[in-house]
Amino acid sequence: MDFNNETAKKLKADFPIFSNHKDLVYLDNGATTQKPRQVIEKIKEFYENYNANASRGVYSISEKATEQYAKARETIANFINADSDEIILTKNTTDSLNSLAYAIDSIIPKGKDEIVLTEMEHHSNLIPWQQLAKRKSEIFTFPGGKRKNMKLKFIKIKSDFTLDIEDAKEKITSKTAIVSLTHVSNALGTINPIKEIIILAKEKNALSVIDATQSVPHMTVNVKDLGCDFLVFSGHKMLGPTGIGILYGKKGLLENLSPFDFGGGMIKSVSLDSAEWAEIPEKFEAGTVNIADAVALAEAIRYLEKIGMKNIEHWEKELMKYSLEKLRKLDYVEIYNPGLEKTSGILSFNIKGVHPHDAASMFDEYGIAIRAGHHCCMPLMKKLGISGTIRASFYLYNTFEDVDKLVEAIKKIKEKFK
Amino acid sequence: MNDSHDRMYKEHIMELYKSPANYGELENPTHKHTETNSSCGDEITMHFIVKNGKIFDVKFSGSGCVMSIVSSSLLTDKIKGMKIEDAKKLTKDDVLKLLKINVNPARLKCVTVPLYAIKNSLK
Repeated sequence: MDFNNETAKKLKADFPIFSNHKDLVYLDNGATTQKPRQVIEKIKEFYENYNANASRGVYSISEKATEQYAKARETIANFINADSDEIILTKNTTDSLNSLAYAIDSIIPKGKDEIVLTEMEHHSNLIPWQQLAKRKSEIFTFPGGKRKNMKLKFIKIKSDFTLDIEDAKEKITSKTAIVSLTHVSNALGTINPIKEIIILAKEKNALSVIDATQSVPHMTVNVKDLGCDFLVFSGHKMLGPTGIGILYGKKGLLENLSPFDFGGGMIKSVSLDSAEWAEIPEKFEAGTVNIADAVALAEAIRYLEKIGMKNIEHWEKELMKYSLEKLRKLDYVEIYNPGLEKTSGILSFNIKGVHPHDAASMFDEYGIAIRAGHHCCMPLMKKLGISGTIRASFYLYNTFEDVDKLVEAIKKIKEKFK
Repeated sequence: MNDSHDRMYKEHIMELYKSPANYGELENPTHKHTETNSSCGDEITMHFIVKNGKIFDVKFSGSGCVMSIVSSSLLTDKIKGMKIEDAKKLTKDDVLKLLKINVNPARLKCVTVPLYAIKNSLK
């Protein structure tokens, strides 16, 4: 398939939102993506044809629901080259990271008390670890107990908006229990050299966690090739519905990881005072699972695979190349991006003299959906010395015309502030 | 992409943003408070000189978006000469009336920053 501007234009027809809003220029794919008809139909198909609880009934529609849920898990697993039982279905990335940070204590190697993150993490890959560090220090400070704080360390970013690998080498030590970082920065677009960092973590026997929220939807991600211990992402940022996310973990680790939710469906047997857990992945999925959205996410994956992740990655690069060329010609636009080689389809910038929130509201008045603010990265914005940025984030249905409209709007906004 | 579609950034708003009233600081203010909006980094400080329970003079300083600067300008004009007790009773709807535009829900926070700077100064 030769993916070009015409292909992207044609794809828009698959997305009902673009026929309901004919002039919509949607550039907030980093926040959530639009849904193709196939995915929307899949949710309808489930509720109209085999809605029943999974793994409960022996009647035929329940068996069908169970089978479809299992198949969805398999599709998701194959997409990142994992095994089915290594895929835990959650609400979203935030839920995946919170659950993991809550339970990870059960598999942290003894004597290790440091967590290494980076300065560019989304709040969802920062606060759960801050809370873990706090909990750990409380546990160890009971009266007469030994005081021991879990410590957070942050890999620095350089002035070119990439990670400082030398700093990573210094900060990841034999004391490091966990290294958790984003694959692609949601605020800068930077693609981090995670393979290199996973190796650094392995050398020090630390657990590695990858926030792949902004990478899995846009490029081929292969967990076996990466060698990470855990990897998380959200379904709604890859054409799937909201309310479904993924926590991938290596089998051996998941077997030892304590469950984080308790109740029906996650047990082997229960007595009045104790319970025995089910095998992975059921051990981690308490309560009625989100069957409809899992099935719809699998449909979204089939849609992406049909187009091909290589094509999608290539097309977003083309859009970035086109946008960077255009924006660099405007001397009043400040760009926060590591450059074409190291970026994903995320473009952060500011129009000098225009508050990002004013810009976003004005873009809205011109029919352009774009994000402004700190992008849930307050520490990163502080480091950059700004209150926020305007962020355009692309996906497969964006076209050169969308970029042209963006550039046109930037010029108009600047004009209003003159 | 037509300027007539502008809902919030109308001519009168942009004019006021470019030259707001009462921008600056007051020497020896009797009341002063800085209000910040952590989600966007806006920071508005209100400076007051209050005499006999009345607002004798008021100025504002700081930085912010169009909505917060214009609201600050309109509000300071409105409350000059007012009794403290009356100024404290002002609401979000009063600010919206002064602005004469439809503010998107997501931007309501921006117009209330100066309102809270006033309320918290006069506490």
